[in-house]
Amino acid sequence: MSLRVAVVDDEELARGLVLEHLAAHPDVTVVAECANGLEAIEAVAAHAPDLVFLDVQMPRLTGFETLELLEPRPAVVFVTAYDRWALKAFEVHAVDYLLKPFSRERFDAALARARALLGAGARGPDPSLLAAAARPEGQALERVAVREGTRVTVLPVEAIDWVGAEGDYVRIRSGDRSVLKLQSLADLAARLPADRFVRVHRSWVVNVARLAALEEGRTAVMADGTRVPVSRAGAARLKELLPRG
Amino acid sequence: MHPILARRERLFAYVLAWVPLAGIQAYLLALPGSLSWGEAAALSGPLALVYAFLCLSSFYACRSAPLTRARTASVLGVHVVGALIAASLLTLAGSTLASLLGSFPAFSTLPERFGQAVPPLFVLGVLLYLLSVTLHYILLSLESSQAAERRAMEARVLAREAELEALKAQLNPHFLFNALNSVSALTTSAPAKAREMCVLLSDFLRRSLSSGERTLIPLREEIVLARQFLAVEQVRYGRRLEVEEEVEDSLLGVPVPPLLLQPLVENAVRHGVATLIEGGTVTLRVEKAGDGVRIAVENPYDPETPAPAGSGLGLSLVRRRLAAVWGRAAELEEGGDGKRFRVAVVVPPGRPEEA
Repeated sequence: MSLRVAVVDDEELARGLVLEHLAAHPDVTVVAECANGLEAIEAVAAHAPDLVFLDVQMPRLTGFETLELLEPRPAVVFVTAYDRWALKAFEVHAVDYLLKPFSRERFDAALARARALLGAGARGPDPSLLAAAARPEGQALERVAVREGTRVTVLPVEAIDWVGAEGDYVRIRSGDRSVLKLQSLADLAARLPADRFVRVHRSWVVNVARLAALEEGRTAVMADGTRVPVSRAGAARLKELLPRG
Repeated sequence: MHPILARRERLFAYVLAWVPLAGIQAYLLALPGSLSWGEAAALSGPLALVYAFLCLSSFYACRSAPLTRARTASVLGVHVVGALIAASLLTLAGSTLASLLGSFPAFSTLPERFGQAVPPLFVLGVLLYLLSVTLHYILLSLESSQAAERRAMEARVLAREAELEALKAQLNPHFLFNALNSVSALTTSAPAKAREMCVLLSDFLRRSLSSGERTLIPLREEIVLARQFLAVEQVRYGRRLEVEEEVEDSLLGVPVPPLLLQPLVENAVRHGVATLIEGGTVTLRVEKAGDGVRIAVENPYDPETPAPAGSGLGLSLVRRRLAAVWGRAAELEEGGDGKRFRVAVVVPPGRPEEA
């Protein structure tokens, strides 16, 4: 089975090493070589590789943030020097991981494993599960990577006004910008800082700092004028966070 | 806390010490011949017991008038007044006891003759009280010297811990594994460069291990270490990492703790240049700062990249090590303007004990 692969690492030497190992497999085609997450997102959108070798520590976007924005979703082998949270995530969800420096045998084994999973029709790991497992317990998100087309931006969580569920996507509102991201609301809600964000409804999460008014306890009016429905449980959660109901 | 009441074995020894004192008291009461031996003994037993506990109160007077700080006159004043009050109370207790004993037929004439026993009892009371003052001062100075020793010990342990932590931080696994990965990559593509990298890495490791064994090294050697570290990182990051130096050679003799700069240059690469796609320049600067020397590390950074958990640890360790060597005479300055981050250590000239 021929395999289309992208290699993502901010170090040229490290990319070269992966490319060298891949060269020994004639059925592998390298469709992209990227020096950071932003390039990777563009390249994956353009070439739809089956498999991505992805570094974890990179400038601008970490490997995990990049993974969340890759579409269509490839299978992923992480390549990292050492990151105990990343390792924990791999154990739970990832196709495989390579610890730098690695041997040719270890590299070939990772490739074989990815190939077997792809052959069996398996999708890549669920990026948000992987990213959630890679965060130290109890540590909330500080920023959320979003993209519009191929333009990627990183929103600090305090810049988010509200988040609403739309099918498989979440709509994230920040000032006059509104972007869709492929992620479940439950997952994002669980990772936003609990002292600032409240899930007021099955399909809505609000930043309490952007709350303008509560109408009869059933509708929240946001600072930007958006009217957000509040469920009974949501109202109770909101009450806990607001000093005066 | 009262040094005698606080510990059972001390209280026991103290009460035991009063047994011979009670004997002396009985002897002094019977000596003038006004009281019989039996009467003197009957008075002395209970009185000594009461007075033993009364004298414990002198601790509070001693603590409020410490010998090292209070003026001699006020120390004397406090204790003489204390002694007169205590002796008066002893005499009062004696006369009360005498009248109580008077109700027994054997001691029926005691209350009339007790007046003759008052002067020796009062004098003895004053002397015993002053004796207990001496005892309490001895206990107090014993305790304060123990506390001072404990503090000195704690300071030593803290300094030692800082050294160990510095050495541990030195062997950063990320740095080593990434450097080895670079070697692995170069082995086939550029064997001569791979060998060069092995030598660079070994030189750095050897030098950092040997300097870690000393308590102070000349700044010159620290700068060499920083250069070697940055050279290894330059192989890894390629064109993304540039290094610039503005070093005044005449200042490089100043002694510093080994590996002091290591966390600073490491942060400059890891949390600075490495967060930027296009990379940037790390600047090492050594310049005069008043009488002392300022050693600064500057780097560009991405203000949107959140500082990872634990990244402040390196700086707080540097701060503690500076404090352990120079106390308040050394400083750590840090700050960023959104584009470049600058951290600087300002150390006094000369060896720390002269500073």
